[in-house]
Amino acid sequence: MTGTETVLGAPVERREGQEKVTGTARYAAEYDSPGRAQAWPVPAAVARGRVTGVDPAPALAMPGVLAVLTHENAPRLGKPDDPTLALLQSPHVPHRGWFVGLVVAETLEAARAGAAAVRVTYEAEGHDVTLTAAHPEAYVPESANGGFPAVTEHGDPEGAFASSATRVDVEYRVPPLHNHPMEPHTSTAQWDGDRLTVHSSSQGTSAVRTELARMFEMPEDRITVLAEHVGGGFGSKGTPRPEVVLAAMAARETGRPVTVALPRRYLPAVVGHRAPTRHRLRLGADAGGRLTSLTHEVTTHTSRVKEFVEQAAVPARVMYAAPALRTAHRVVRLDVPTPSWMRAPGECPGMYALESAVDELATELGMDPVELRIRNEPETEPDSGKPFSSRHLVECLREGARRFGWEGRDPRPRSRAAGPLLIGSGVAAATYPVLVSPCAASARALPDGGFLVRVNATDIGTGARTVCAQVAADALGVPLDRVRIEVADSDIGFAPMAGGSSGTASWGWAVHEACVRLTGRLAEHAGPLPDEGIAADADTSGTADAESSYARHAFGAHFAEVTVDTVTGEVRVTRLLGVFAAGRILNARTARSQFVGGMTMGLGMALTEDSTVDPAFGDFAESDLASYHVPAHADVAAVEAHWVDEEDAHLNPMGSKGIGEIGIVGSAAAVGNAVHHATGIRFRELPLTPDRVLTGLLEHEHPAGMLGT
Amino acid sequence: MKPFAYVRAGTVEEATDAFAAHPGARYLGGGTNLVDLMKLGVETPAALVDITRLPLDAVEELPDGALRVGAMVRNSDLAAHPAVRDRYPALSQALLAGASGQLRNAATTGGNLLQRTRCPYFQDLSKPCNKREPGTGCGALEGVHRDHAVLGHSEQCIATHPSDMAVALAALGARVELHGPEGTRSVPAADFHRLPGPHPERDTEIHPGELITGVVLPSATAGLPSAYRKARDRASYAFALASVAVVLHMRDGVVDRAGIAFGALAHRPWRARRAEDALVGAAPTTAAFEHAVDLELAAAEPLRDNAYKVPLARRLALDVLGRLAPPATT
Amino acid sequence: MDSQHEGTAPASPPQTSRSETTLRVNGKPHTLTVDHRRVLLDLLREDLGLAGAKKGCDHGQCGACTVLVDGRRVNSCLLFAVALDGCEITTVEGLAGDGEELHPMQRAFLERDAFQCGYCTPGQICSAIGVLAEAAAGHPSHVTDPAAPSGEPVPLVREEIRERLSGNICRCGAYPRIADAVEDVIP
Repeated sequence: MTGTETVLGAPVERREGQEKVTGTARYAAEYDSPGRAQAWPVPAAVARGRVTGVDPAPALAMPGVLAVLTHENAPRLGKPDDPTLALLQSPHVPHRGWFVGLVVAETLEAARAGAAAVRVTYEAEGHDVTLTAAHPEAYVPESANGGFPAVTEHGDPEGAFASSATRVDVEYRVPPLHNHPMEPHTSTAQWDGDRLTVHSSSQGTSAVRTELARMFEMPEDRITVLAEHVGGGFGSKGTPRPEVVLAAMAARETGRPVTVALPRRYLPAVVGHRAPTRHRLRLGADAGGRLTSLTHEVTTHTSRVKEFVEQAAVPARVMYAAPALRTAHRVVRLDVPTPSWMRAPGECPGMYALESAVDELATELGMDPVELRIRNEPETEPDSGKPFSSRHLVECLREGARRFGWEGRDPRPRSRAAGPLLIGSGVAAATYPVLVSPCAASARALPDGGFLVRVNATDIGTGARTVCAQVAADALGVPLDRVRIEVADSDIGFAPMAGGSSGTASWGWAVHEACVRLTGRLAEHAGPLPDEGIAADADTSGTADAESSYARHAFGAHFAEVTVDTVTGEVRVTRLLGVFAAGRILNARTARSQFVGGMTMGLGMALTEDSTVDPAFGDFAESDLASYHVPAHADVAAVEAHWVDEEDAHLNPMGSKGIGEIGIVGSAAAVGNAVHHATGIRFRELPLTPDRVLTGLLEHEHPAGMLGT
Repeated sequence: MKPFAYVRAGTVEEATDAFAAHPGARYLGGGTNLVDLMKLGVETPAALVDITRLPLDAVEELPDGALRVGAMVRNSDLAAHPAVRDRYPALSQALLAGASGQLRNAATTGGNLLQRTRCPYFQDLSKPCNKREPGTGCGALEGVHRDHAVLGHSEQCIATHPSDMAVALAALGARVELHGPEGTRSVPAADFHRLPGPHPERDTEIHPGELITGVVLPSATAGLPSAYRKARDRASYAFALASVAVVLHMRDGVVDRAGIAFGALAHRPWRARRAEDALVGAAPTTAAFEHAVDLELAAAEPLRDNAYKVPLARRLALDVLGRLAPPATT
Repeated sequence: MDSQHEGTAPASPPQTSRSETTLRVNGKPHTLTVDHRRVLLDLLREDLGLAGAKKGCDHGQCGACTVLVDGRRVNSCLLFAVALDGCEITTVEGLAGDGEELHPMQRAFLERDAFQCGYCTPGQICSAIGVLAEAAAGHPSHVTDPAAPSGEPVPLVREEIRERLSGNICRCGAYPRIADAVEDVIP
């Protein structure tokens, strides 16, 4: 790039791309140093109870084993903000898979063998891990994830529903889901006297440092957390997870640098999951298809360790103009692993259910589902009454319909087939809130004509360093190749994590402000720059987090085409097309990859991904990547993402909304709605695996049709 | 994983001798399942006898028109072999429907037969499993068993055999060649794997110390129409929910020979002999196919969560039969 | 040769559990005394400092560890190093030419933005290179027409690429871009 006019929004190549394709990009396990030890955790083998005894002797007798840490000998740590990090502090076992020990050894082989040799005895207690909508211990929490009120109500939803001309009253289910980033959660920790340095596979180093300071009872400025490259996270690395605490603890106890790379099988129990959600939706409409009443009630689970409430009813507060609107969350504390963030918590499962129910309403009304959504566009945000800073859902729907070839679609179910394949298409809307947090950044003009920009962003695959450099070049008015950028180091300064689709807005705002200030200083400066250059700092506290008088959300529309094999019940997505309105797109290249990636994860949610809480043993039955089916290449045919140009002056200096999560929101509903169009059957529980789909087809068909020819 | 001794064998005799000399030994082929299970602690050999360099890596034509496949022939090479593709298409298709390109490049013919169940309770040392540790119980019975057996299971074990290849071998009437301390012998592929009964710890009829040296594909099914079809949770790289291999020979408008085997329904590839017998002599009609398949699947005893497997297997079989011998009429 | 890490182990396990092994990695011979338990992936990452091959699952379920052994793509997490004595190993670090020139597949991945987090990328690239060789050698796939002639090169249409690369999981969902990149490199 040489010109500066188009630097913001240009399809700039990733700055770290060369390192990633040559294998030189280093991830948290890849910081070797003399004496570095490896550690392997010991997971609890009961669903609830307490450890009654640990015999570390067989492990300690093994060659290469350096230490066995358990609640009996591990250092007492300060109370963490997140109780899932209070590791090896008590004999209590809150769920199966909770770590009850850690073996530190010279090699990976010795660590694994040592962990297998530790003998742990338990006193097991009865467990309850089964979520039901009518669970007697379900309660209404004070708030749901994100700080949203658990319940909101406008008008008289019951009465309005009862008197509606057309009604849909349906229940949907989303199973537990797992993030499973390709890089398992990993940290390498090293103590140098009273200083701690940690390479952590994390979405944000500031939060890791704060928690470590709290737990190891030391000032933050003696801790450095680095996350140069992170192999994905999707929410599961948003806050520190057990491995970083264990690594720091083991490094302190052994006096060695220690790497804790969690085995894939242990992740499902300890790094969070998308909690299962049970949805009840009641939609009433008048004869013209205008919503008269909308109720979305969600029941979900959380663990005994802490309360996390998937805010799945929240998107219903944003989407449609219904004069009577009720949204509510209930939660049950069970003896399950602790749920947490997974890409678009709340919006993702919530919009699956809501957008499926809207499709059902369209069917009941005999109305085109695109048209039904357009007809229910609200003037202001339904729940708050605030005006939208920008809202181009209708444009997304229309543009998507045009690109997809929606017009002329035969709306009748089972109207298209090719041999044994039924073909259908479906649509769903998407929304995700605009979030932004305060951040620090600095910019320095150097005598050689270059600029050094420092911001503690983390690049988990989003292209953060690339887009932050673009923001800087744009604000400085200089060519992009003059901007050097440093990220992912807690010493740079405080920054929010890569999460909530807020990273670029938050980091970029601070970078922009630092660069604008630097430009001002440079304008005042005469003569050559001093050796150390001229610098400017920025801190967006108070501005980035200022309350907005606008309702700020990104919107989008998904269109899906599927085939359903009537022989096997296998569903394939042949086309997935998304159109998004997410403010200004700052890097067309990396943004497209994120949209497509989110849509692909939504495809997995629709068709293949399923974690089952094992009622007998209390953990997830699918603990590895052979049984938890992340979509493979063969599952992902044509996925395309587009966007509409959106100018919004009420966001941030770049005019951007977040793009990391909206791709997954609604995509599963579009697929499910397409399956209904193909088959005439409503499947209301994900994923749409052959067992469910075939069972539905069988109930629908005459036995005579079984040859499928 | 416990430390183990390692011996590389150059000949079959060296291999069996080394096995005998090392108590607790296991043979190491492609390792795609054995290494996996050793990491899990399910397999704890005291020694590995590496057989990957044995001269068992050839596919050779036998004088009677049969095809012998060396035990060390890699799955990808076997699937690509022109004689297999042209004469035993079901075998090539079954191999290609399994695992991934990388795994097929490593996995061997013998190892594929000896791979163990993917039952999650078998793989998890913290849970009961009669196959892994006789007498501890079956975790899957009370636990999650959507993927488990509907045919031939016992109270002790409801696991399924995961191989795709072995299903095709069973339908094609292949034989497994073994070499051991007692000499050499061969066993029909369809009888090589066992039903669990009271002893699920024994997967196969192999004797201790015996080595699979090869698989012989008979001339009788060479060149006959055959096919393999599998249903799974994702489009590739997933174990079967159900699968079927069929070989069919028509003569004078009726079925002259039929070989049918189901995968993922039982503790072994399920050779559908009742269905085969019912088909021989019958005209290829939808009704005849349905009758035969239903006769076989009448023995199914689905568990709480896997009743879908019966109609799934039924439809797969009818689909493949219909393709190999398009029904003239119903 | 590359046995500098040996010194870090204070207590050696019994002699029978270690053996000397020679591997040629990216053209260079390495003779090491390895713990029999050491798999190729850990040998590359821990002993040779070649961290390009990634550990995503350690059980052959994700493909992030894919390397080429004697020219064939395999999961390096499932291969005991001791059993590979004499083998030729190519990792992502060994693909580029001498003059810092990227391999065409690496260049295509870069140009197509065929990755996000980059963790599966070395495995995808090695796997894709293996796919080109397999298709050229006439290896069929699950989606190859059974009636296609045996032994002849298989045209790598889009569906073939997707099926053949299915042993490489990408959680970021870069699949369409990866298929684009592979198409760019097809001779």
